[in-house]
Amino acid sequence: MAAPLVSAPKRVRRGDVFEVKTLISHPMETGFRPGTNGTIIPRDIVQKMRCRFAGEAVFDLELSPAISANPYFIFYVRAETGGALEIEWTGDNGFSASYSALILVE
Amino acid sequence: MTIAITRRMLIGGLAVSLVPVRANATPETMQAAIADATGGRALREGKVTLDIQPLIDNGNTVPMRVRVDSTMTGVDRVKALHVFNEKNPQPHVLSVRFGPRAGRAEIATRIKLADTQKVIAVAEMEDGTLWTAAIDVIVTIAACIEGLE
Repeated sequence: MAAPLVSAPKRVRRGDVFEVKTLISHPMETGFRPGTNGTIIPRDIVQKMRCRFAGEAVFDLELSPAISANPYFIFYVRAETGGALEIEWTGDNGFSASYSALILVE
Repeated sequence: MTIAITRRMLIGGLAVSLVPVRANATPETMQAAIADATGGRALREGKVTLDIQPLIDNGNTVPMRVRVDSTMTGVDRVKALHVFNEKNPQPHVLSVRFGPRAGRAEIATRIKLADTQKVIAVAEMEDGTLWTAAIDVIVTIAACIEGLE
């Protein structure tokens, strides 16, 4: 399983909104494409992505086959108290990946 | 990843677009999907900004940014944001539900577009109102349904 790439600041000021960028390696096979032998390649996508900061929800995201391969997301988090930024991906064929990092709020 | 446009791909794309049996999303199924996600309530234009380049060379990775004009507090908070399309195999692109830690009602990603079509974003506010923005995108290389060579 490939490790997700996440870009987030290490320390932020209280009350600030900071940007997070995430990239995860995944084919996002749509389930609508014929393969080399003419049969349809079965669907294989990341279905859900969840993000928490300091134990509270940032967002729950539902993906579809219309998200490009290697899903890339940019989103914004409000810093009130410091804590762990936790991101979780789950998908078809038991796919799962997670990321966690401490962010200091001062 | 680079994709060379071959004559075969162009002909293949044309052939695919002419196959009538494929049950692609249509403006009607998109409306149904929007009604499904929003409970069929009335949509108003405004507040939402949907950023996609109007002319797309490669439908496999189309940068998209959706933003809602909101302070993310009180009744002005955005509860959910949905993106739909007209002509991909399925009308749904993404749905995001914002939690208390969301800093802005904004998300950027890369999507696939199978054809020249309309993309619609719908935002659901805390007070239950729905806001929408639509954009017409021209796509030259289709995604989603192109077979492997």
